[in-house]
Amino acid sequence: MAASEHTIAPSGSPSGARTGTGRARTLLGRDRRFGYLIIAPLIIVLLVITAYPLGYNIWNSFHHVDYLLPPLGAWAGVSNYEKLFTDDQFVPALLHTLAFTVVSVVVETVIGLSLALALNKRFRGRGIVRAAIFIPWAVPTVVSAELWRTMFDPQQGFVNYLLKELHLPLATTTWLDSTWTAWGAILIADAWRNTPFMAIVLLAGLQVIPSDIYEAARIDGASAWQQFWRLTLPLLKPALMVALIFRTLQSFFIFDVVYIMTGGGPGTSTNVLAYLNYKAFFALFDYGYGGAVSVALVVVALIIASAYRWVFRTDEAATA
Amino acid sequence: MSAASEAVLRQPRRAAAKKILTPWQLARRTGFFALLAVFVIVSLFPFYWIVITSLKTPQEINAGTTSLLPGHITVSNYIDDFTQNDFLRPLLNSVLVCGCTMIITVVIAALAGYALSRTAIRAKGLFLAFILVANFFPVIAMVGPLFTVYRRIGLLDTYPGLIIADLIYTLPLATYLMSSYFSQIPRSLEEAALVDGSTRLRTLRKIVIPVAMPGVFTTAILAFMLTWNDFLLALSFMTTPSRFTATVAIVTLGQSPYQTFYNLIDAAVVIISVPIALLVLFAQRRIVSGLTAGSFR
Repeated sequence: MAASEHTIAPSGSPSGARTGTGRARTLLGRDRRFGYLIIAPLIIVLLVITAYPLGYNIWNSFHHVDYLLPPLGAWAGVSNYEKLFTDDQFVPALLHTLAFTVVSVVVETVIGLSLALALNKRFRGRGIVRAAIFIPWAVPTVVSAELWRTMFDPQQGFVNYLLKELHLPLATTTWLDSTWTAWGAILIADAWRNTPFMAIVLLAGLQVIPSDIYEAARIDGASAWQQFWRLTLPLLKPALMVALIFRTLQSFFIFDVVYIMTGGGPGTSTNVLAYLNYKAFFALFDYGYGGAVSVALVVVALIIASAYRWVFRTDEAATA
Repeated sequence: MSAASEAVLRQPRRAAAKKILTPWQLARRTGFFALLAVFVIVSLFPFYWIVITSLKTPQEINAGTTSLLPGHITVSNYIDDFTQNDFLRPLLNSVLVCGCTMIITVVIAALAGYALSRTAIRAKGLFLAFILVANFFPVIAMVGPLFTVYRRIGLLDTYPGLIIADLIYTLPLATYLMSSYFSQIPRSLEEAALVDGSTRLRTLRKIVIPVAMPGVFTTAILAFMLTWNDFLLALSFMTTPSRFTATVAIVTLGQSPYQTFYNLIDAAVVIISVPIALLVLFAQRRIVSGLTAGSFR
């Protein structure tokens, strides 16, 4: 950082009396060089922690890098990718992850949108309500996972306590020990923490919609329902897209909650891609297979992101 | 009287609605507040539950839940967490790692944000696209390769190694934020300093950053929160228990082959949630504005 660039300082050009363009050009060049210099740390760090690992994973995925079966580094062709589709781990995990992503994003969007609409109204105590609803997002995912693990615990949990007090069935269920109830618990822990994020982003989107267009719609006799579908939703589209892309990819990469609440169990019935990937590195020590899972994760994420861009773009073109 | 008429002038519709409340409106209003109450209870009740679980004695834990209210309140779980389980150490580790990540993030993001908002570098779109893609990069895909490299160059199980990796959480959002805050500052401020012969880096530090200080604070708070949330990277790269961060330590705390000690776990959960909850209560506006400004770019 020893840069001491003087933009306005006397330039080193042969004569200061030259035409302004030459001088302007050096100034622009200096400005540009200074710009590249100060953006360099960011680009270098991001390349080191994203592009380099991705490249490394790609290399690993085409080589034999199983630490339990040395020697390492022999060319393996596409055998690691073949393994993804022939073993009984990857495809189920992919399907679990996609299904979970769809369900959690739909649930969080519907609840998040209704929360945002409610918080967009004026009422006494709105600030306090907003803070209360926002707090679950602020705590770490580990907290939400541990907290819901407690809530669903057969002995310590609130859920079974409530069922027992109300004399309802299922009061002795061990929720995390069977597939569907375990998924339900994971979904609740995830939605509890992340719906506030959805609500906050959508609320910001609602607040930039000018209120006079609703006035006009009311005068024209539009019902509240029509106003929502014809005005609010289309105008909310930019915020909705941002929130959806963020939440969809985060959901797709879910790890913490699964690791803490179920460990992928019972059996492998709540296994998800990120957890499978973690196990490939730290339980199987197979970095070739793990690399292939990582690459697959990146590829599917790219497909999801471009699908969103495509959906929202064609929509815009169609309504324009 | 005058205040009332003023209110009526400001919000004629609302005032009129208050005067004659039809049963339908009354029902709607009741429903609205009932719904809000449900949301607030769902958000906060789990916290109440872990607080009372964290105050139970081991005997009560063994007996199972029998009441919505705490029985014999004891703080022994908190004391055990700090004495037997040495939970202070991972807490301090977290503070250290999050603090360093926060400072490095602010420096790198301020420089890059300034370059994006104020200099004539080419291919800005390309840089912005790369930052966006990095923001959506799956963290688990970093873990395998970085583990291998860290072991080779001695960064495994070290704070610097974890801090470098943690930058993935903070840098993209922080750069967007800093760049948008700088764009809001009038250029005339810097131009005056530059005419006076100040270097650009000095101008950034002495003129631009002080004006953008609220934005720097917002960026720093968000960076801290995003790093505080990390579990996967610390779990992967830290192998010595005394170097675990708080989130990793919670998971290993209170686990025994025979039983899960929720009283110990939940005491630790309360300990790491309280500072964050306070942060949200005092800086909610800042956090929300940063979060939304960052995501709308």
